[in-house]
Amino acid sequence: MPGIEYILAALTPFNIFLAITGVIAGTVIGSLPGLTATMAVAVLVPITFSMEPSSALIMMGAIYTGAIYGGAYAAILLNTPGTPSAIATTFDGFPMAKRGEGDLAVSIACIASVTGGLVGAAFLLMLSPPLAKVALAFGPVEYFWLAIFGLTLISALSEGNLLKGLIGACFGLLLACVGIAEISADVRFTFGSQVLLGGIETVSALIGLYCIPVLIDLVATPDKHLKVTHQSRGFRFLEALALSWKAKFSLIRSSVIGTLVGILPGAGGSIAGLVSYSEARRTSKQSENFGKGEPEGIMATESANNATVGGGFIPTLVLGIPGTPPDAVILGALLIQGVKTGPSLFTEGGSIVYTFIYGLFLATILMLPVGLVIGRYAYRTIITVPKAMLVPTVAFMTVIGTYAIRNSISDIIIMILLGVVGWILNRFGFSPSPIVLGLILGRIAEQGFVQAWTIGAATEELGKMFFGRPISLVIIAFILISLFYPVIRARLPKLTLFRGKNNE
Amino acid sequence: MKKELGKCSLMMLVVTAIFSILASVAWAQDYPTKGVSYVIPFGPGGESDITARHQQPFFKKLFGQDLIISYKPGGGGAVGWAQLNKMKGDGYNIIGINLPHIIIKPQQKDVGFKTDDITGVYMFHYTPDAICVNKDSEFKTLADLVEFAKSNPGKVTFSGSGKGTANHLAQLRFDKMAGVKTTYVAFKGTGKAVAALLGKQVKAEWGYTSVGAKHEDKVRMLAVAMEKRHPKFPDVPTFKELGFDLVSGAYRGIAVPKSTPEPIRQQLSNMIGEINADPEFRAKMENDGMALLDVDYAGYKAFIQKMSDIYLEAAREAKIIK
Repeated sequence: MPGIEYILAALTPFNIFLAITGVIAGTVIGSLPGLTATMAVAVLVPITFSMEPSSALIMMGAIYTGAIYGGAYAAILLNTPGTPSAIATTFDGFPMAKRGEGDLAVSIACIASVTGGLVGAAFLLMLSPPLAKVALAFGPVEYFWLAIFGLTLISALSEGNLLKGLIGACFGLLLACVGIAEISADVRFTFGSQVLLGGIETVSALIGLYCIPVLIDLVATPDKHLKVTHQSRGFRFLEALALSWKAKFSLIRSSVIGTLVGILPGAGGSIAGLVSYSEARRTSKQSENFGKGEPEGIMATESANNATVGGGFIPTLVLGIPGTPPDAVILGALLIQGVKTGPSLFTEGGSIVYTFIYGLFLATILMLPVGLVIGRYAYRTIITVPKAMLVPTVAFMTVIGTYAIRNSISDIIIMILLGVVGWILNRFGFSPSPIVLGLILGRIAEQGFVQAWTIGAATEELGKMFFGRPISLVIIAFILISLFYPVIRARLPKLTLFRGKNNE
Repeated sequence: MKKELGKCSLMMLVVTAIFSILASVAWAQDYPTKGVSYVIPFGPGGESDITARHQQPFFKKLFGQDLIISYKPGGGGAVGWAQLNKMKGDGYNIIGINLPHIIIKPQQKDVGFKTDDITGVYMFHYTPDAICVNKDSEFKTLADLVEFAKSNPGKVTFSGSGKGTANHLAQLRFDKMAGVKTTYVAFKGTGKAVAALLGKQVKAEWGYTSVGAKHEDKVRMLAVAMEKRHPKFPDVPTFKELGFDLVSGAYRGIAVPKSTPEPIRQQLSNMIGEINADPEFRAKMENDGMALLDVDYAGYKAFIQKMSDIYLEAAREAKIIK
């Protein structure tokens, strides 16, 4: 166990300063739809050249963790996931904000993010080398099944409306195919247009499908954006804390799921959030409230996505394989600084790694006050700004944010078109989430399937490839549970009663 | 007072006019007077990004201006290159170019640009292809792998980055030279291809020397596709030594919009060459496993022609292109 000297090294005034500015900058950037953690870190890379490697890491880690949390604001207050990690935050966050509890939702998101971040960092500190093996144990076929597992969430999300959910998902899967295919290099569904070559960018699709319908509704209806029931109740911190304490097991489980998914280089925050959301929903006593503004839903996603920060650093630092896109940028920066990643970094290069990990703890803890204050400010702004100003400002932000992702005008057009399509589909009872799940998970599933099939066919072990690997079988079991759980529960009402009693 | 003001502004006008004439004449000499925008048509964190980041501080050191890196990913680089000639050709807009991408992609389908639309001013390095295996692999030498592949057609699985890429074309060419049949499994980027190798999802990887440099403790390279052995890996043979005429890799360079004036193109070429000549830069690049290359503006066309012949033949035979 690394000693106190690294804690002291992490706590120099300069590092504390870097951690605070990093968290503030990250939170603000993450809260703006379209500005992602990857970009925030990439912009900073040149600045870090002149720093010590551990200070540079602390700063980049702080921005990264702040940005993942910041994504929750737009998700809760505008129904727009600022980053793909926050998709599942919209499910309960926005309904809570709608009914006038946006302040509570933001505070809950903050506590959950800090918890998740601390759990992730703790795993990074204590179990990095052994856990890095998990990243390698996941082959193409496991990613395929994991993506399918994510897709089963559609059945849960669209209860009572399964057909529409499935149609939405198929639409999403089709969208995922557009452009030059990532691994087969085939050009698909571009209809001869060069604009579509680059495919549908995920974050711009998120902005379009989630945010534009909200904007159109704001203009089309005379209602206020969010209901305001009570004026200025402070942070509602104790209330949020009490709710979190009540759901502490769910919170820890979600953090662990987030860490584990974060370790997988092909998965990322969106899957972490979705998987832990579906698990929280399945095991919760209030599962019927999920999707209608249940605080536990926010906790599940927000703790999981911040846990991916620590989790993602595990393969990055131990194997030199980035766990998440921002990790890829951080890895590049380290390479240029001449820091060699690998297990030896934890033994010989200990001072850099452990100073950084304690720095990450520091940044995560700082996120509590910083996050609460900025969150409070964001909430006040959204509820006090008159609609006539809110709509153009948010509309402007969606355009800028979409453009910033890959400096592309055509992405803006696609974003707006998808937004209009999303709004129309909403009228007919289709929700955006299945479409987005199809879009994100379709690509992961396709890649995993093609790779697994190629390897399986070459080694003449196709059946064993898909159904003979232990991790795959576990995921398949989860898929079956997730698919049939509603049926089983409906058939056996006594079982739920029994479970309920046990949990009391 | 009024008159004086008139005189004054007239003077200003004359001075401005003289300056602007001077500026246009002395353009090339004064260049660069502000930051240069350097577009990477891939996402941040990839090898194209990292090599550009290596150049960044040296550009500032040698020419006093910033090299501002931005990203325009999409379509495996196609989105960025398709927009290249729409950018302003004043020397302040440059873009990273990659081989074999700019040769293969336009042949596959209309991707919005042709190979000839790209005005390359310098190819500054390449990351040589290499066959990588795990340290504990049954393949100790390239001969072991070839022998196994001969008796088990298709059963040697290689991970690699993308299709129609340097890794993929190297696999195709090597299979033909060695008279074997192997299976290539495309992954999204080198990082994931390495993870598949380390996790033993595949038997070997068509990777790069940079993979060998980054994962020294876990990966053994059987051979590198270079003219001479890489200075960082004196013990790893080249394919040439082993009887396969394979020199290839991911070549990277810099291009400008078509409208960029001739003197600026030449000057940029000299500048990139100057960075390439910096011993500190060379040491850093080589330590990362890259190999430096000096194809300047004058030699660019011939180089592309030579590489096109090689790549297109391999791609045609593999039916990647028609």
